[in-house]
Amino acid sequence: MNVTIVDYNSGNISSVINSFKEVAQNKVNIEVTADLNKIKSSDKIVLPGQGSFKSCVDALNNINGLVDTLNEFAINNKKPLLGICVGLQMFADIGYEETETKGLGWISGKVSKIDNKNGKYKLPHIGWNQINIVKESKIFKNIENNSHMYFVHSYEFIPKDKNVISATIDYSTNIVCSAEKGNLFGTQFHPEKSDKIGLKIINNFINL
Amino acid sequence: MLKNRIIPCLDVKNGRVVKGINFVDLKDAGDPVEQAKIYSDGGADEICFLDITASNENRSTIYEVIKKTSEKCFVPLTVGGGVRSIEDINKLLNCGADKVSINTAAVQNPKIVMESSLKFGSQCIVVAIDAKKEANSWKIFTHGGRKKTGIDVIKFAKQVEEYGAGELLVTSMDRDGTQKGYDIDLMQKISETVNIPVIASGGVGNLDHLVEGITKGKVNAVLAASIFHYGKYSIKQAKEYLDSKGIPVRI
Repeated sequence: MNVTIVDYNSGNISSVINSFKEVAQNKVNIEVTADLNKIKSSDKIVLPGQGSFKSCVDALNNINGLVDTLNEFAINNKKPLLGICVGLQMFADIGYEETETKGLGWISGKVSKIDNKNGKYKLPHIGWNQINIVKESKIFKNIENNSHMYFVHSYEFIPKDKNVISATIDYSTNIVCSAEKGNLFGTQFHPEKSDKIGLKIINNFINL
Repeated sequence: MLKNRIIPCLDVKNGRVVKGINFVDLKDAGDPVEQAKIYSDGGADEICFLDITASNENRSTIYEVIKKTSEKCFVPLTVGGGVRSIEDINKLLNCGADKVSINTAAVQNPKIVMESSLKFGSQCIVVAIDAKKEANSWKIFTHGGRKKTGIDVIKFAKQVEEYGAGELLVTSMDRDGTQKGYDIDLMQKISETVNIPVIASGGVGNLDHLVEGITKGKVNAVLAASIFHYGKYSIKQAKEYLDSKGIPVRI
């Protein structure tokens, strides 16, 4: 099996690479590339994302044919794809970080700044928070409810259809931290930095 | 609920830990990778490396340390010490650091905070502030606390927040190494001034100091070095103690 981590200049992805290699050992082949043919022939894709919504969308668009290839993979062929952090946020129709930017439109919704309740809550939301699993999800197999995951973000994904939400966290408001729609999976938290329990989620995705 | 973080810090010089954990099961007490692994297995919420390598020739040793640690530890890694340029930050991130802390360079040229947070994202840019009390205010010191700048800490903290720093790591020069506890007034003042998370550093001698930092200093994370060295306290003990005092921590 081939799992491809899409390397589209979205910032620092070394932690994502390390964690997937740790989980895969030598049983699964982990590719790190933006090569369209390699992406097309993969079994699963990981879409990381760091920095702003706009910078990540721009970086995707800067690679000729990448968005079309991802659409073909995830929407037409319905093969499993995991978005992490801004990787998940880009599933939305639109994001409001820096400036209004069009997302991939895979899961209808928007990405807005977290309400800090007039400065009562610090942003970025950095650190370990407990996830509240609201829907059975394949990537949460053997993951206990209220497990701690590592977060670092100032924006949140607000999907239109609440049925896609698989987990939330309590911060200033109830924030979506995991979404699932068919073959599309996304986490706002960083499984690659969430210790053993995060590696378990990565393992669940690899073994889908 | 967001938990308060406990961050052990390892001082690294020429690729080796200076003050290390003196555990019996350690093969090599000077190996930063092995020590970081002990901390992460013990439940550290994040691991901080402070590179105190004096000469430029040996600067590259920290890259190797980060690279190896990030292959074994799957919690956030923060690296600071001697970070001068965007290129330095880029190299550290590529080696596997999740956050880079900038100290002297941010004081000399605050624009580096703006440039780096735009380029890499605020989430990975930490500004480290070394503060010393003078009369009724705190002033910034640079070059590992050796050089006085006269810059007001609170004004500087606000400025780097505006420039896009994702977090502040605040060290009290008066308390560092004393084991008398954090400078609580300083921590509280900064925490109430900025809307980004604050990490307290400098002066921890016992577990009550960690409690005070969070309850009175209002910080979001507590960093300590020497209490975790030589196995005086383990990360687990520290967390259980905070938990017993009603402080939300990840256990």
